[in-house]
Amino acid sequence: MAAFSYIEMIHTLAPQIALLFGVLLVLALDLGPLRGKSDEARWRASVLAALLSILAAAWLASSLALPASAAGLYRLTLLSMLINHVLLLLSAILLLLSVSVTPTRHISEYVSMILLATVGMTLLTGATDLLVLFLALELLSLCLYVLTGMDKQRAASSEAALKYFLFGAMSAAMLLFGFSYLYGIAGSTQLAVIGRAVSLAPQDPLVLMAIVLVLAGLGFKVAAAPFHFWAPDAYQGAPLSAAAATASSSKVASFTILLQLLLVGFGAAAGDGSFHFTRPGWLPVVTILAAASILIGNLAALAQRNVRRLLAYSAVAHTGYALVALQSTGPEAVSALLYYVLTYSLATLGAFAVLTVLQQQGYGDSYTDFAGFSRRSPIAALCLLVFLLSLAGIPPLAGFTGKFLVFAAALRAREIHYGAAVLVGMALAASAISFYYYLQVLKFAFVVEQPAQNRELPRETGNYLPLFVSVLLAVLVILLGCFPSGLLDALRGAILASG
Amino acid sequence: MLAWTIYISFAAAALVLLVPPRFMTLARWLALVAAVTGLGISLAALIANPTGAPVTLAQLRWIPSIGAQYWLSADGISLALCALTGLAATAGVLFSWNIEYRVNEFFALFLALIGGVYGVFLANDLLLLFVFYEIAIVPKYFLISIWGSTNREYGAMKLAIYSFVGSAMVLFGILSTYMLTSGLGFGLPELAQNSLPHHLQMWIFPLVFLGFGILAGIWPFHTWAPTGHVAAPTAASMLLAGVVMKLGAYGCLRVAMGLYPAALDPWGFHIFWIDSWRDVFALLAVIGIVYGAAVALVQRDFKFVIGYSSVSHMGFVLFGLMTLTRIGLDGAVLQMVSHGILAGLLFAVVGRMIYDRTHTRILSDLEGMGLASKLPFATVVFVLAGMASMGLPGFSGFVAELQILVGGWNSYPWLTVVVGAGIVVGVAYTWRVMQRAFFGVPVESIDQYHDDHEFSPITWPEKAGSLLLLSATLFIGLFPSFLLNRIATALASPFFDGLRQGRW
Amino acid sequence: MNTLPLLSLLTLLPVVGAIVVLLAPRKSARGIAIGFSTLVLIFTGLLWHSYDAGAGTLQFVEHAAWIPSLAIEYHLAADGFSLLLLVLSAVVTLISLAASTQVTTRTSLYFALVLLLESGLFGTFTALNFFHWFLFWELSLIPAFFLIRLWGGQKRESAATQFFVYTMAGSVTLLLSFLALFLATGSFDFAVLTQMAQQGTLLPAIAAHFHGNPSNWLLLIFWGAFLGFAVKIPIVPFHTWLPDAYTEAPTAITILLTGALSKMGVYGLLRIVLPIFTQQIRWVQPLLLWLAVATIVCAAAAAFAQRDLKRILAYSSINHLGYCVLAIFAVAGSVNPVESSAALAGAALQLFNHGFTASVLFWLVALLEQRSDGKRKINDFGGLRTTTPMLATFFSIAAFSSLGLPGLNGFIGEFLIFKGSFALAAGPSSIAAIGLFITAAFFLTLLQKVFTGPAHERWSGMADLSSAEQIWIAPCVALMFVLGVAPQLVLGLVNGSVSLLVQQIR
Repeated sequence: MAAFSYIEMIHTLAPQIALLFGVLLVLALDLGPLRGKSDEARWRASVLAALLSILAAAWLASSLALPASAAGLYRLTLLSMLINHVLLLLSAILLLLSVSVTPTRHISEYVSMILLATVGMTLLTGATDLLVLFLALELLSLCLYVLTGMDKQRAASSEAALKYFLFGAMSAAMLLFGFSYLYGIAGSTQLAVIGRAVSLAPQDPLVLMAIVLVLAGLGFKVAAAPFHFWAPDAYQGAPLSAAAATASSSKVASFTILLQLLLVGFGAAAGDGSFHFTRPGWLPVVTILAAASILIGNLAALAQRNVRRLLAYSAVAHTGYALVALQSTGPEAVSALLYYVLTYSLATLGAFAVLTVLQQQGYGDSYTDFAGFSRRSPIAALCLLVFLLSLAGIPPLAGFTGKFLVFAAALRAREIHYGAAVLVGMALAASAISFYYYLQVLKFAFVVEQPAQNRELPRETGNYLPLFVSVLLAVLVILLGCFPSGLLDALRGAILASG
Repeated sequence: MLAWTIYISFAAAALVLLVPPRFMTLARWLALVAAVTGLGISLAALIANPTGAPVTLAQLRWIPSIGAQYWLSADGISLALCALTGLAATAGVLFSWNIEYRVNEFFALFLALIGGVYGVFLANDLLLLFVFYEIAIVPKYFLISIWGSTNREYGAMKLAIYSFVGSAMVLFGILSTYMLTSGLGFGLPELAQNSLPHHLQMWIFPLVFLGFGILAGIWPFHTWAPTGHVAAPTAASMLLAGVVMKLGAYGCLRVAMGLYPAALDPWGFHIFWIDSWRDVFALLAVIGIVYGAAVALVQRDFKFVIGYSSVSHMGFVLFGLMTLTRIGLDGAVLQMVSHGILAGLLFAVVGRMIYDRTHTRILSDLEGMGLASKLPFATVVFVLAGMASMGLPGFSGFVAELQILVGGWNSYPWLTVVVGAGIVVGVAYTWRVMQRAFFGVPVESIDQYHDDHEFSPITWPEKAGSLLLLSATLFIGLFPSFLLNRIATALASPFFDGLRQGRW
Repeated sequence: MNTLPLLSLLTLLPVVGAIVVLLAPRKSARGIAIGFSTLVLIFTGLLWHSYDAGAGTLQFVEHAAWIPSLAIEYHLAADGFSLLLLVLSAVVTLISLAASTQVTTRTSLYFALVLLLESGLFGTFTALNFFHWFLFWELSLIPAFFLIRLWGGQKRESAATQFFVYTMAGSVTLLLSFLALFLATGSFDFAVLTQMAQQGTLLPAIAAHFHGNPSNWLLLIFWGAFLGFAVKIPIVPFHTWLPDAYTEAPTAITILLTGALSKMGVYGLLRIVLPIFTQQIRWVQPLLLWLAVATIVCAAAAAFAQRDLKRILAYSSINHLGYCVLAIFAVAGSVNPVESSAALAGAALQLFNHGFTASVLFWLVALLEQRSDGKRKINDFGGLRTTTPMLATFFSIAAFSSLGLPGLNGFIGEFLIFKGSFALAAGPSSIAAIGLFITAAFFLTLLQKVFTGPAHERWSGMADLSSAEQIWIAPCVALMFVLGVAPQLVLGLVNGSVSLLVQQIR
């Protein structure tokens, strides 16, 4: 056993430690100086403290020498650092989005939960040991469960949290079970060792079992069908920023670790994804997951009348599209997938930001609540246009570029097989279907007039943060769509540097 | 300089959106200035390039990792179609002068659509072309669903979905091409020269051609067109029938036929007497001509007649493309321009001059109104536009249709005869609708007040728009060489080498 | 071209006039139109003067490329025939404008359309390339249609529609024929096609491009072209649109229709059908001759049965043009240059004279109509000789000219035609002579019923021709006498071209 250097570990995990300090700070602030102050003040103070800690974490992360590792449990490569920065940014935006609009009085707890989730996410991206992976995943998940149930005024929130938790617990169990098989094969919990062991016997039934179980466990996290059933209720019941967290940053982190697992851990056991399935492996499973997600996600979305549920099913569908990239395993495919997931998370986060604006005006989140939205808040409506069209895949927005890159990468596999072509064809057809239901929402927002006898609820003035966030994200989506080279090249470089 | 048409249109769209709703006139004038500027630039470019040889306007790196460039270029075909866009845009703005509802959003969407269209005609990179093509879909939806009339939400959605499905098919073709030509990038000239293997072209071509063809109104995927055109507000119909359908035809020519020309060769086997994709699409085009004309003949709604006549006229374009002769292709592109102008005129009369005043488009209602005496300007404009649409010499349609017929005779003599019959049916339905709508015998109304019902006078924007379009069609009719020379040179350029194969 | 494009200017002048009329105030519309018309007449007179009639060739040539890809050129020229008809059109238009005193609605549009129609006529009579010809042929249709439709009589809708549909159908077959010729020869130019036909290279060209028997193809093409003109002239049995159209049109427009538009058809036969399709005419000559005879005789007989003044004159028009058609068809098969020249010269003269005389006749009918509140059945009138002596005199002179009384202008043309035709096609010509008798019969009946006999008391207060009207009409009537005794004035213009044509078709 190599010497375990605690100093090294603290060094590497400095960003996470900074975040933990942030948690403590926020809790302390709430117990101490903020006692008795208004909710508004408490929100602002807590979020400010949290943002400070995020800033510190980001600075610390960029000052680390790469690759930094912590005794084989955790390894910070260029790629994981890049992703971590994005995750920190997303969390910061989430925090901005929760200020004063989240219906809970446990403000410091809310904020610290978000920070803790961020800790879990950033740990997840760099985990190189199964146990650390599981730990980080559970940390992330538990925080998300709690966040989902934070709205005590609505029964839907608790129901959602419970569903989410039960599902999550089951998938965690499956994941652990799969991990145990992997331990059995490799004799170690280190991903690299596992990878070597798997490559020696790629078609071992134990390996295949492990693959299936792991994919089931992680499939839950990324909301791939048929492990997605928690998603609609979770997205609908949770407070908006919590749902946003589930939809955006959690997805990014989960996809990163999925990639790590599949490509490093199971690299050799990829198998053959063509129709004949001549070689079993994770590729056929991923193909099926992708196809199922695309189909179920799009078809179910057609029937929705509630925007949050729509976003949930759209999450399922987009997971499917992203998974299409795994038909090929080169750096092109990985960068395409990550680009896709990153831009998707931005667009979804933006959609939730717009929903927050809507909530500020006193409306719910069904389609009809959007009637006359373009009159009430033209800027927010335009941002909604950008986000939904990006999700639909309309150029020149980021969603289109992402889809194009993913499909192009899938078709460029080393062995061109028709399975990929069929999958891409199905994805394109499904995109056409998705265009329809996104247009439906936009129709309500832009075309339908506000009913005259609508309740005149006082518009909450003063808190322009959600609007600001929407605009920021919309601009990002447009820029990333028109000029994708920056992000793409960064991702490619990071992937190549990380091996 | 020509690339500025794109930038000005989008910039003006953003600017118009910022205009407060109170200042409607400002929004209108902004839009008009933008449209006229685009027209001016296009015409200047047309005159400044007497040969029509391809000229690169801008070439920048865009996404190097997949080889996509921001590459704009204009040859004779693009120049002609940009001029058409300018004309249609200006006329469209003029004929929408009376819109009062959400004016700035209307013109913003209108200008965004125009910008996208300019982009398609000028793009020389396949991915860039596709991006602009898709950009044009969303404004269409909103233009129809917010400001449209009959059945607008259904019409708008149908149009949007059909367009999107078509573009999804094209995207699949693009992806396949990208997959099979590793490292070549997306530049159109490069892709045209390094052609794919024959058997691969054979299945990519129909996919891409059909994908673009849906937007061009190819039979039997044309059903979005009548519904959509009728539902759309006047300016949107003018643009839709006038320019957007030409996007599809342009894509068929530039992308499908330019990049996959080997697919037009015979298959080696035959089904009845069809033995190549060329035969298939020629047949579909001719069916479209006759079907569109026949259905137009029995419509009861004035606007539906014009809508179906658009389907019929686009059939001419597609047939011309399939003749694969220089004269036929020349005529097809000229027909694109000619029909673009004429469709604009016809929809303007139906929508703006008639419907906005009489609030009905049903021919039997219009018959009793005696419009010839009450709206003489509209009558004259429609008569002239109708004659042009029939293919009367002196107007732009005659030369175009003549060239298509001559081109078609060598390759498809029997189909050409059918096309000729289609022209005759075209005369018939135009005649019928002209008679019934304008020259019906006025009905003596019981209500005395309605008897003296005076329609609001024709406003100056309507006159200006009509004059613009009428002079354009006359000019092209009398001096068609102005465009034909440039188009012919473009067709002779190296880009169409594969298509030409020594045929011309 | 370093010379002025005179023919283009001539064609453009009425268009400019039309635009000016549309922009000017309504009251001056007629004045402006008459002004431009007079200018045009002077212009044509000048052209006549500078034309070298002895040579009889195509002069004032204007030749430029237009649409090279379709071999469409801007090719204009005029020979004796063209010039004759140009002058006739100018005169007839002026007469028509003079007769247009009753236009109250949309005056500017009316006069603009008349001028546009004149331009269409000029364009057709000077065109040497089919595209140009067809352009103006169609363009003359539209103003004519609207003039009938908007200002006509009771049954104007159906009359106008019939007019439009018939002429359009004829135009379509004409277009198809020339399209076929273009596909075979690559040219739309009349001169080129004539040369090919006369040199015998047309048939091989057809054979090269069309499957099947080239002679049959050429015959089919001939019928197509023939049909186009047959509808326009018209030739029986394609004439059924004419009586209604002439009757329902405002009389001033009927002047234009009979005086100028019908001549387009005959000119087409002379310029296009006779030179290019000489062989084909020979093959079916008997049929064509009998069609001409039918036109002459049936039309005259029908005129005899009519009661409406305008209808009588309408059928009489068909009859008179039938003589020209007879001459043209008779000439096609002949090898006798003297007789052919006579026949063709007679046809040309008849064209001019009939156009002129018929215009004057209709003008007088218009004047009569104005005085009788629109009544024009011959039974409505009686003894107008006493009530309106000037009108009666002028009308009688014109009527006698029309029926071919020697000494008046109508005689020479018919004489020459029959002189030539008898020699070339005796049988049909003899039967056609019956037409002369019937014509005399109905004209005399007309004169008797309307002008002689007991005066109808209803019209006892009818005003005679005013001095203004007399000043306008008297010169025309005088001209009838002049041309009657000195036909060389007109014949001199066409003789050269006639001999050239006769030489060409041998």
